Amino acid sequence: MSAAPTSRCNRMARRIAGIDVGGTFTDLVMQEADGTIRIAKVPTTAANQAGGVLAAIEAAGTTPAALDLIVHGTTATTNAVLERKLAKVGLITTAGFRDVLELGRRTRPRAYGMTGSFEPLIPREWRREVAERMDARGHVLTPLDEAAVEREVRALLAEGCEALVIHFLHAYANPAHETRAGEIARAIWPNDYVTLGHSLLSEFREYERGTTASVNAAVQPVLDRYIRHLQDRLAEAGHARDLLVMNGNGGTVPARAVAREAAKTVMSGPASGVMAAAATLVQSGVRNAITCDMGGTSTDVALIAGGVPEVSAELSIAYGLPIHLPMVDVRTVGAGGGSIAWIDRGGMLRVGPESAGSTPGPICYGRGGVRPTVTDANLLLGRLDPDGLLATGRRVAVEEVREAFAREIGDPLGMTPEQAAEAVIRLANVLMAGAIRMVSLSRGHDPRDFALFAFGGAGPLHAVALAREIGIPEVFVPFRPGLTNALGCLVADLRQDVVNTLNRGLDDIAEAEIAEVLAAQEARGRSSVAAGGAEVERIEVQRVAEMQFRGQTHLIRVPLDTAAPTRGQIQAAFEEAYYARFQVRLPEIRAVLVNLTTSVVGRRRAFDLRALAAGDSGEARLGTRRLYADGAWHEATIWRREALREDARIPGPAVLQQADATIILEPGSEAVVDALGNLRVRA
Amino acid sequence: MDALTLAVIQAGLQQVCNEMDLAFSRSAFSPVIAEADDRSDGIYAAEDGALIAQGEGGLPVFVGAMQHSAGHLIRLIGEGAVAAPEPGDIYIVNDPYLGGTHLMDVRFARPFFVDGALFCWLQNTGHWPDTGGMVPGGFSAHATEVEQEGLRLPPVKLFKRGEMDREILSIIQSNIRVAEQRIGDIKAQAAALLVGERRLNEMVARYGAATLREAIALIRDRAAERMRAEIRRMPEATWHAEAFVDSDGVVNEPLRIALAVTRQGDTLTFDFTGSSKPCAGPMNSVWATTYSAVCLGVKHIFPDVPINAGTFAPLNIIRPEGTFLDARYPRPVSGCAAEVSQRIAEAVFLCLAQALPDEVTAAPAGTSGNFALGGTDPARGAGYVMYQITGGGYGGNAKEDGLTNGCSTIGISKTAPVEVMEQYYPILFTRFALREASGGAGAHRGGFGVHYEVELLRGEARASFVMDHGRFGPPGVLGGGDGAPNAVRIHRDGATTIPLHLSKDQGIALAPGDRVEVMTPGGGGYGNPFARDPALVARDVRRGYYTRDQARTLWGVAIAADGTVDDAATEALRQGRAA
Repeated sequence: MSAAPTSRCNRMARRIAGIDVGGTFTDLVMQEADGTIRIAKVPTTAANQAGGVLAAIEAAGTTPAALDLIVHGTTATTNAVLERKLAKVGLITTAGFRDVLELGRRTRPRAYGMTGSFEPLIPREWRREVAERMDARGHVLTPLDEAAVEREVRALLAEGCEALVIHFLHAYANPAHETRAGEIARAIWPNDYVTLGHSLLSEFREYERGTTASVNAAVQPVLDRYIRHLQDRLAEAGHARDLLVMNGNGGTVPARAVAREAAKTVMSGPASGVMAAAATLVQSGVRNAITCDMGGTSTDVALIAGGVPEVSAELSIAYGLPIHLPMVDVRTVGAGGGSIAWIDRGGMLRVGPESAGSTPGPICYGRGGVRPTVTDANLLLGRLDPDGLLATGRRVAVEEVREAFAREIGDPLGMTPEQAAEAVIRLANVLMAGAIRMVSLSRGHDPRDFALFAFGGAGPLHAVALAREIGIPEVFVPFRPGLTNALGCLVADLRQDVVNTLNRGLDDIAEAEIAEVLAAQEARGRSSVAAGGAEVERIEVQRVAEMQFRGQTHLIRVPLDTAAPTRGQIQAAFEEAYYARFQVRLPEIRAVLVNLTTSVVGRRRAFDLRALAAGDSGEARLGTRRLYADGAWHEATIWRREALREDARIPGPAVLQQADATIILEPGSEAVVDALGNLRVRA
Repeated sequence: MDALTLAVIQAGLQQVCNEMDLAFSRSAFSPVIAEADDRSDGIYAAEDGALIAQGEGGLPVFVGAMQHSAGHLIRLIGEGAVAAPEPGDIYIVNDPYLGGTHLMDVRFARPFFVDGALFCWLQNTGHWPDTGGMVPGGFSAHATEVEQEGLRLPPVKLFKRGEMDREILSIIQSNIRVAEQRIGDIKAQAAALLVGERRLNEMVARYGAATLREAIALIRDRAAERMRAEIRRMPEATWHAEAFVDSDGVVNEPLRIALAVTRQGDTLTFDFTGSSKPCAGPMNSVWATTYSAVCLGVKHIFPDVPINAGTFAPLNIIRPEGTFLDARYPRPVSGCAAEVSQRIAEAVFLCLAQALPDEVTAAPAGTSGNFALGGTDPARGAGYVMYQITGGGYGGNAKEDGLTNGCSTIGISKTAPVEVMEQYYPILFTRFALREASGGAGAHRGGFGVHYEVELLRGEARASFVMDHGRFGPPGVLGGGDGAPNAVRIHRDGATTIPLHLSKDQGIALAPGDRVEVMTPGGGGYGNPFARDPALVARDVRRGYYTRDQARTLWGVAIAADGTVDDAATEALRQGRAA
C-alpha cells in the first residue's frame, strides 16, 4: 500500500521519514519539505530488515537520496533475543560467582507446574573467573589479578567468542576493577564489543546487571552489522547521513552510537507506539490514557499519566532475562486475535492462552488453521471485512469459519455459530479487561479515570466493547492506528538515561554528593545527546530518585525538580509519590535513596499532527453491512475513515474501515472526529 | 444458564480474588507479604466454607487450606461458640488446628451480605513476620509444644461493624515482636477484603444474587467434571511412594510419609496409612495443611485447573489420623507449611509419575532452604536477623531436564541478591555457585542445586537452619537417579562440623571469620540415564556440570580427549542398557 501526498503544512523545510520494522509489516510515515505527509506499508523482510526499509521508501514514492533524516525503529535485536540468534559471548567475572547468570533469583516460569527450562545467554564454558573482590562499600578486598584477566580473555578469543562481558560484584559501588580489566581486554580484543557491567547500568543486583550486560553483548554485533548494512544500502542509494535509532526508553540515539548500548533497542518496538500515543494525546488535550495495541498473539498495554508514559527499569524480555534499563513500561497481556477458543474437559468455554499465532494463524487466514480464534469470530459476525483481510493465504469462505464455530463451540454448548462467536469475543474482552485492570491497579491507578487509546491492527476492533467492560467512558482511535509505531519514530526525541546506585538511608547522604552525582550524569547525558547535532532544538534534563522504605525491595520513582535538591525536598517528594501510589503514610520508617537517574532529552522540532490527519475528499459512506452484536444481527453503516471530516458524528452500530485498521462502533456508542482527525468514541 | 454467562461469571469471581491479592500485596508493609507474596485471598461458601474462587497470585501452599478455616469458623458460629457475623465484621484467627497452617499465617474473614442475608465469606491469609514465641520469626527447630511457637488466636472479631477492636489489638501487640509495624499489615489485610466486597457488590448488581448463586454451583460442578476427566486418563490402579522428612529437629530420626494413590472410577484416593506418628519437634502437619499439600501437588500436575472446591471434590484425601500429618493440640507445627507440605507434594508427584509418566516430573529439591543468622553488627551498633533462602534443582521430566535453582514447591518468592545481603548484613559471600553434579542422572537429568558459602565479618552471631532432604536426595523416577542431598557445613577455627540433624539446627554460635557452607539439593533424574543423548552428556561435561568419570559411570558415555563423544567406546559401555 502507498499513498499520494495528503496534506500541506509549510513551516518545516526538511524531509524526515519515520520507518518502523514490525513482525509482519514495515511502516513508513514521511513528512515532505513542504509539510506533505506520505505513508507506506510493505511486508517486513525477515532475514534482513534493510530490504523492507528500502522497499518502504520506494513505496512512499521517494528515494533515500531525497531524505534529510531517517528515524528508524527495528526489531532486529528483539528477534535475535527471542529466537536466540545471538553472538557468541564470553564472560569475565569475580571468582566464585560465574554461575550467577545461570542461577537467577530462584524462580520458575509459572506459579503452578514444576516444568520449564532456562538457558543463560552465556553458557558455562565461556564464563571465566578471575581473582578480585570489592565489598558493598566499594573497598578492595582482593586486588584484581591482571595476568588472569589477560589469560582468560585470550582463552575466550581462542574459543571463538565475538563479544565480551566484564561483570564484577559491587562494580556499581566501585568500578575500578571493571575499568582496569576492560583496558586489558580492549588491548587484546579485535573489535569494540566489550561491555562492562557497570557502564551500562550502575545499579546493584548482580543477576539483573549481569544479564543486562550479557543481553547487550549478545545483540551488539547483530545490531552493529544490521545498522552498518542498512547505512551502506542507504549510502549506495545516495543517503549518506546518520540515522536516528529508537530505544526502549522512547527516545532515539544516533546510529553510530547505538550499538554501544544495544540492549536499549531490545524493547523499542512497543515503546515507539506509546510515544506516538503520548504525542497524539497531548496535542488533543487528553492527559490520561491506557494504550492498547492488540496483535495476533498478545496485547501490549501501557499507561500514560499526565501526558507522560510511565517508565520502569524492571522489565524482562523473556523468562529469566531481565533488562534493568529505564524503559517505557509496556506490559504484555497474553490474549490477541489469534487466541484459540475451546471447551475444556469440564464443559466450560475458554479463550486462550493458546494462540494460533501467525502460523497456522486463524482459520480465515487460510494457512491451515482449523481451530476457531477471536479473529475468526470477528469475521463471522461481520466485524471484519472478509475482503479486507491482510496477509491471507488460501481464500477462506465465511461459511468454513461458520462450520468451525458450529463444530467446536456452538453444537457442544447448544448455541448457534453466531452466538458462539459472540460469546468468544465477549469472553476474550472480559479476560483482557481484567488484565488491563490489573496493569492499571498495580500502578496505583483506577482505569476508569483514563481514556482507552486503541491502535495496532486489532485494537480498534475491540476497543469500544473493551472500554465498556472496564468502565472506561472514552475510546480514542488515532488517525493512523496501523502506523502508530512509525509515527512514534517521527515524533521521538533524542534521549540518554544515566543511572547510579547509592542505596543508603536518605539522611546518610550528603546533599553535595547528590548534586555531584546528578551533575556528572547530566554531563554524560549531554555529551551523548549532543551527538545528535542539528536535530536537537533544545535540551531538557529530567531527574528521578528511585526510593523505598527501609526493608522493602520495590522502588518508587520520585521526580526531582532541581539539580541540587535538599534532603527535605527529596523526602517530601518521596512521601507524596508513595501516598499517591499506596495511600499509606509511614513517617516512622526511614527512606532509602536507591538510585539516581538523569535523563537528558534533546527535543526535536515538534511534529504537528494536523499534517498527518488531513483526509481525502472521497465519499465517506460506503453502504451497510450485517453486524452481529448483543445477540442479534444489525444493519451497520460502513464508513471510509479517511473521508470523514472534522466534527463528523457517527452513531453505532457502524464499521469504520481504513487501509490499516477496522473500527467497530457498538450499538449505542457514538464517534466524533476531532480537529486532529482522531476518533473520540463515547463508549 | 448459558455458557457465556457462566464463563464470564467465573472470570469475574477470579478477577475479584486477583484484585484482593493485588490490594493486599500493594499496601502491606511486611516484605514477606509485599515482596514474597506470602498471602492468599478468596471467596468461600456461606453454608460450609467451600472454596468458590481464590486468587491466582496467592502462595501455592494455601491452595486448599483456607476453606478448612472458613469451615471451622462457620461451624463454631453455628455452635454458638463464636459470635454471629454482622456487616462490617472481620474475624481474625491463626489457630493451626482450626484449619490453619503455622501460627504466622493469620487469617481474616469478612461476611458478605446481600439484602441482609449472608451470601458468602471473603477471607485472606497473610504471613506475619512474627507472632511471638521462643525465636523471632516463629521457626524454632526445637519447640515441643505450640505455646512455644507463638500467640494462638481463636476466631474473634477484630473489627466489629467496621470498627477495629482496640482491646483485642492491644492483646495481640503486646505478645508479638516489632508490633508497631503490624498495624500497617492489619490495615492492608482488612482493606483487601473491602476491595473484594466492593467488586463482588458490582457483580451482584450486574447479574443478581440468584444468577450468581446458580453460576457458583455450576462452576463447581464443571470444575469437578474437569478433574474427573483428568483422573479418567489414568489407568485404574494403586501407586505407592514414600518421602522422608530428615528429622523433627528434636528427635534425630526420619519421619516417613507413606502414600498410596488409587484411581477407581472417577475418584482419586490418597491414603497416608503407615506414615510416622506425631513427632516431638515442629515438623508436624495439621490436617488443613496436609489436605492443601495434596491439592497443591495435583494443581502442579494440572496447572490449568481452576482453584475451587469442585476441582478437589474428586480427590478423596483420607484424613491421616494418628500420624504426624494430622497433628492435634499441643503438637508444635511451625515446619508444616514450609517443609512438610513439600514432602507431601513430593509423595504425590512420585505416585502420579507412575500414573502419568509423560506429565509428571521426578522429585524437586523441595525445601525452602531457610538459613537465619542473628546477631549484632558492631559497625552499626544494631541487631539484625538475616534470612537467606535458596532454591534447588527440579526433577527431570518427559520433555526436558529439570530447572536449576527453582523456587520451593509451595512458594513463588525470589531470593535476595548477594549484593543486597552484603549491604545489609556483616557478611561476605565467598561463593554463590551452581552445585556441580547435584542433578540426578537420567534420560532427562535433574536441575542443579546451589552451593554457597558465607563468612561472618564482624561481631558475634547465631546461625539457624530449617531445611530438608539432607538425609536422602530427591528421588528420581522411571530409572532416573536421585538428586544430591542437602548439606550444611560449619567452618569454625579451622574445624568443620555438620549439624547433628543435618538440615535443621538452631543457635550455632559464630565468630568473625567463621563460615557457613550450604549445598542445596539437586532434582531427581527422569528415565534411564543410558538413554540420554550422548551429545548432551558431552555438553554437560564441557560445562563442568559433571566429570568425565561421571559421564562414564552414570551415563555410559565415553568422552574423547577433544571433549566430543567417543561413539565406539560409548556403544561398548552402553551395551544393551539403553532401552
